Amino acid sequence: MHNTLSRRDALLATGFGGMLMPASLSHAQPANKPAEIKVGIVTILSGPASVFGVPGRQAAEMLFDEINRAGGIGGVPVRPIFVDEGPGVEHTLGEIRRLVQNERVDILFSSISSGSCLACTPVAEELKKTVLLWDCGTQRIFEDRRYEYAFRTQANGTPEVLAPLLYTLKRKPNLRTLAVINQDYAWGRDSWELWKTGMDALKPGVRVVAELFPRFNSTDFSTEITRLLALRPEVIFTTSWGGELDTFIKQASERRLFERSTLVMPLAESSLERVGNALPPGHFIGARGDHWHLHPNPADPAKLRAFTENYRRRFNAWPIYCTHHMYQAVSAMQAAYAKAIPAAGGAWPSDAQLAAAFRGLEYDTLTSRMKIREDGQGLEAQLIGTTVRSPDYPFPIMNDMVVYPPELLYPPVGQKSVDWLKTLTPDYLNRVPG
Amino acid sequence: MADWFADNGLLLGLALLDGLAYAALVFMVAVGLNLVFGVLRILNVAHGSFFAIGGYTAASIGAFVMARGLPEWLALPVLVLAAVVVGGIAGPLIERFILRRIYAEEPVLQLLVTFALFMILEDVQKLIWGVQPVHHDAAMRLLGTVDVPFGHDSIPFTAYQLYVLPGVALFTLVGLAWFLRRTLTGRVIVAVTTDREAATAMGIDAKKVFLLTFTFGAALAALGGALSSPTAALVPGVGAGTMVLSFAVVATAGLGQIEGAAIAALMIGLGRSIAVYFLPEAEVLVPYIIMVGVLLVRPNGLFGVVETRRI
Repeated sequence: MHNTLSRRDALLATGFGGMLMPASLSHAQPANKPAEIKVGIVTILSGPASVFGVPGRQAAEMLFDEINRAGGIGGVPVRPIFVDEGPGVEHTLGEIRRLVQNERVDILFSSISSGSCLACTPVAEELKKTVLLWDCGTQRIFEDRRYEYAFRTQANGTPEVLAPLLYTLKRKPNLRTLAVINQDYAWGRDSWELWKTGMDALKPGVRVVAELFPRFNSTDFSTEITRLLALRPEVIFTTSWGGELDTFIKQASERRLFERSTLVMPLAESSLERVGNALPPGHFIGARGDHWHLHPNPADPAKLRAFTENYRRRFNAWPIYCTHHMYQAVSAMQAAYAKAIPAAGGAWPSDAQLAAAFRGLEYDTLTSRMKIREDGQGLEAQLIGTTVRSPDYPFPIMNDMVVYPPELLYPPVGQKSVDWLKTLTPDYLNRVPG
Repeated sequence: MADWFADNGLLLGLALLDGLAYAALVFMVAVGLNLVFGVLRILNVAHGSFFAIGGYTAASIGAFVMARGLPEWLALPVLVLAAVVVGGIAGPLIERFILRRIYAEEPVLQLLVTFALFMILEDVQKLIWGVQPVHHDAAMRLLGTVDVPFGHDSIPFTAYQLYVLPGVALFTLVGLAWFLRRTLTGRVIVAVTTDREAATAMGIDAKKVFLLTFTFGAALAALGGALSSPTAALVPGVGAGTMVLSFAVVATAGLGQIEGAAIAALMIGLGRSIAVYFLPEAEVLVPYIIMVGVLLVRPNGLFGVVETRRI
C-alpha cells in the first residue's frame, strides 16, 4: 500500500488543518475517547435550495478531510453523515431521530431551511443531543424558547436585514419610495416584516409603493418587473435567493430596471458568479454574515486565502456564504471540544458537558472571532457593500464595504426582534458606521 | 367602472402584454400534456421533466455554440434544435420501454409509474447539470428591447418576450390544428383519440400513433422549456412547478382539448398578470381560482365533453 505523504497533503495538513486545530487539542489525548466523532449534517441536497446545501456539504467534506489529516479532534477522527432536508420537514424530523438513535451521532448540524430548524431543534432538545443551527435564518428559535442543547453558529434574519437597511438609509437619507419583491414563503414574508418594522422606526414616512410576493420557485418575473418599471420606486428590496434571484436579476437587467431603481439584495453575494455582469454597479448587496472571499479586513488573510483557494481547487467554484457558515459550525465544534475535554478533567465529554461548552464559547471564523451568547445565539457582524465591476473578475464584486458590529444588530436576550426594532429611533443611525 | 378604466387603462394594457408572454409559455407545455392525454389516455406526470430537460439542453447547446464563436443568431434555432433532440430521443425511449407496458393498467398505476419516471428524471438532471442554476440568455439579448409608451413614460420590454414567445405559441396552435385536421397522420391521431377500438378495427396501427403522439408531446414540452431558458434560470425542481401549472390549464380546458388549452392558458396568464397589478396577494391563487371556478360550472372543463362509459 502506497502510504507516503504527498507535498500537497503535507501543505494542506500543516497549513489549513493547522489553522483549524485549536492548539490545546493538538496534543490532548483524553481518556475514554470514542473510535470516531460522528457528525450528523442536515442540509438541502435536492430541490432549488440545493444551490446552498451542496456547497455546504462540499465545504464540510473539505474541512473534515483537513481535520482528519491533522489528527482529528483530540486524536479522534471525525466522520460526517449527511442527510437531505429537501423532501420536507416531516422527512427531516425522521432523519434527525435516525441520526441520533440509530447512527448514534455525537453532534448535529441542522439545517438550511428555517422550517426545518424550527421543527428539529425541539426534537434535538428532547433527545438531549447538541444541535448547531448552521445556516437557517429564522430569528424565532431563541426568541420563542430557551434551549440547553441548541446553538446557532452564525447570525440570524434580524441582523441580516437590519444591516442592509442601515447601509441603505446611510446612503439614501432622503429615501421616499420603496417596493419589495420577495419569494412567497416564510423567509420572504418574515424578512419583509423585519425590514418594514425597522424602516418605519428609523425613517418614518417612506412610502411602500408595491409589495410583490411571486410564487416560490417562480421562473418568470416579467409582470412584476413591468409593475416596478412603471412605479419607479427609489429602492427595491428583495431577499430572494438562488435561481429565482438569478432570473430576476437577468430579466431586470435586460429591461433596465437597475437604471430606474437601486436594488437592495441581502443574499446576492451567492449569485454574483452566476449572474456575472448582468448585475450592474451601484446596487447594495449582502453576504448573510461577516464573510466573503474578498473581505476588506480579515483577521487572518492567509487563512481566508487558503480556504478560498482549496475550495476553488477542489470544487471549481468560489466559496459562497453557506460554505463560510459550515466553516463556522465546524470551527465552533472544535472549539467546544477543546473547552469541554479539559472541563471534564481530561475525559471525553458527555453530551451534557459538550452542550455546556457552547454557552459563551468563542471561536474563529475565516475573517474574525465570534461568540455564542447566553441564549445560544452566535453574534456575528454583517458585511454589506455596493456592486462594482472589476477587470480581475468576470462578475461584479463589492466596494464601499461596511462591516456592522453585532452590538448594533441584535435585540437584547429575551426581547423579540420585531419589538426591539420598533424601539429604534432615527437617532440610531447617527451611531452606525458607514 | 368607466372611472376605474380611465385611471388604470394604461396599467391594464401593460398587464395584457405580460400576460400574453406568460400564457404562451404555459400553453406550450400544457398543449403537449393535453395531446398526450387525448391520445394515450395517460396523465403523464413526467411531462414537466421534458420541460426542464428541454431548457437545460437548449442552454447547453447554446453555450457550446457561443463558446465556438459561431454567429449569435444561431441562439434562436438552437431552441428548436433542443426540443427536437429531447423529444426525438426521450420520447420514443420512454413510450416504447415504459408507457407501452402500462396502457392496459389502472389509471392509478399509470400515475404512479409516470411519477416514478418524473423522480428518476429529476435525478438525471442533477447528475448531468448539477444543482447550481444554469443560464443562457443569448436569444433574449440578441433581440434587444422595445420601449412601449406608458403615458409620458415608456416601459422597456424584451422583444423576445413581446414577439417571439407569443409568436411561437400562435404558430404552434395554428400548425397543430392544421396538422390534426388537414393531414392524414393528423386525422389518424384524431381517429385514435375519438375511438381507439374503432380506429384499430379500421386498420390503424395504434402503437405507431401512440409513439408519434408521445414524441410530439414531449417535444412540445421541451420546446416550452427551451423557450423559457433565455429568460429564466434552470434549477432543480423547475419541472415540478411547470407541471402543476400545466395541469391547471389542462383541467380548465378539458382533457384532450387543443384550442381549449390555448384559451385556458390565456385566461390563466392574463388573470395572473392582472392580479400582480391590482391584487398582488392573489397572484399565486389566480390560476387555481380560475380552474376551480370553471370546474364548478363545467366539471369536464371549458371544452371537455361528457363521455359514455364503455364496458
